[in-house]
Amino acid sequence: MKEFALLFRRDFETKTDQPSIEQLQESIKLWQNWIGGIAARKKLVNKGNRLHPEGKVVRSNNIITDGPYAEIKESIGGFIVIRAIDFVEAEAIAKDCPVLLHPFNGSVEIRQIISAETNV
Amino acid sequence: MCNKELLPHLFRTEYRKIVSVLCSLFGISHIEVAEDIVSDTFLTATETWSMKGVPQNPTAWLYTVAKNKTRNYLKRNTLFTKEISGNLVSEPAVEEEISIDLTERHINDSLLAMIFVVSDPCISDESQISLALNLLCGFSIQEIAEAFLTSKESIYKRISRAKEKLKEKKISIEPPAAVEIEARLNNVLRTVYLLFNEGYYSTTQNTILREDLCAEAMRLNLLLLENEKTNQPVTNALFSLMCFHASRFKARTNEEGEIILYDDQDTRLWNRELINQGIHYLKLASSGDRLSRYHLEAGIAYWHTNKGDSMEKWDNILQLYNHLLTLEYTPIAALNRTYALSKVYGNETAIAEAEKLNLTNHHFYHSLLGTLYSGIDQTTALLHFETAFKLANSTADKTTIAKKIHNLEAFPSKSKLI
Repeated sequence: MKEFALLFRRDFETKTDQPSIEQLQESIKLWQNWIGGIAARKKLVNKGNRLHPEGKVVRSNNIITDGPYAEIKESIGGFIVIRAIDFVEAEAIAKDCPVLLHPFNGSVEIRQIISAETNV
Repeated sequence: MCNKELLPHLFRTEYRKIVSVLCSLFGISHIEVAEDIVSDTFLTATETWSMKGVPQNPTAWLYTVAKNKTRNYLKRNTLFTKEISGNLVSEPAVEEEISIDLTERHINDSLLAMIFVVSDPCISDESQISLALNLLCGFSIQEIAEAFLTSKESIYKRISRAKEKLKEKKISIEPPAAVEIEARLNNVLRTVYLLFNEGYYSTTQNTILREDLCAEAMRLNLLLLENEKTNQPVTNALFSLMCFHASRFKARTNEEGEIILYDDQDTRLWNRELINQGIHYLKLASSGDRLSRYHLEAGIAYWHTNKGDSMEKWDNILQLYNHLLTLEYTPIAALNRTYALSKVYGNETAIAEAEKLNLTNHHFYHSLLGTLYSGIDQTTALLHFETAFKLANSTADKTTIAKKIHNLEAFPSKSKLI
């Protein structure tokens, strides 16, 4: 069994594409059901955190900018860590993530976590 | 109270107090001395009271006799006295008069210290429950053996081994310091909940014994609520949870001691007073910023005290299970969550989720799928119930599943079974 981080991205920038309060409210339940379903399969390693869309980026030449999304509109809204046999299983889990639904139309990036014991 | 009931009653209430005070005085290595003195005290009470009648204040009488017996023991065993007085540097005149403090305050401190001792994680779950019953609930080895459906010998061995372990580890008997309460309270609450569950889900058909075990767990929890150090939100949450469960006692077994499932219970038998008490303690539990599994389980149990099927009820239960599972995975929580899911989103959705659970060795898994398939696909439903029947160990579980199979065959077109 391997561990994978699922990173949720969506567009927080474009004003006209933002979900309404009701849609956000409704999505809470979808997220809880999705994460609860992963936990019920004993596949949840860490329920992670949600992130504010705003942020700062510190670069090597001591330049600090607002937000990581100078070129792209999408930014990371949160993450969780799951347990899966391989990418195929991780993809199957990610497929049901509510961030993919309308009106969020975001994406899930799957990254395998390097095991502390084996370094692979 | 008539004389016949008085002694067993006093044994239940006072044995633990005197034992705890003496254990605190003697230390863990002389735990048996404390037990012997208290047993001997009750023996003397039985003999004396049957001849001379019951004294005016029976409890005070027991305390006085226990004190005298302790002093006599100490006089006869000067070596022992020297050893334990070494621990009592604060009392200069120990050899003359070791103080045996049976004031309410000291009793409560000693009881609290003893609860922490029996919940020490160095001994197994079963040992923790057995020791708690024996030392803190005044249960005999015979009664504990009956609760665990095992022999007196094995309980005796289990308790002796646990005591040896505690001695080996030199566990100290003292009320926990404020700083370590939080870390150690979890162990204590766990033991109390184990004790409650032992009664609630016990395989013994003896309903009185079951209720006794639960009542004792609640009594220990009350003791933790009475002490300001241990009266934390999480302690209130556990008490609330046990109140809600206990409220269904009368409704959940029939005259033969067989389990009646939630959906088939006569809700008029639910104990309203305990439900209200549960709500009261749940409110007290909601201060603070830590949401424990007991909070979530109490929330789930609270919604179950609402009769009938409403969307609000099952949606709340589902969300609480979602949260509970992210704190701690258990197969039962995973299965119950899926049942709640079926109530909110329908059986088809729940079946798809259930089949991902990977719990095919669990008879509850097959019972759940049998239930979910009922009315959708009777053949598959029956297959699951039959597998559940094969996997179930206890007679009570087998009886429940057999009833479901019977219902399925009797009403093949009934679309909604549970």
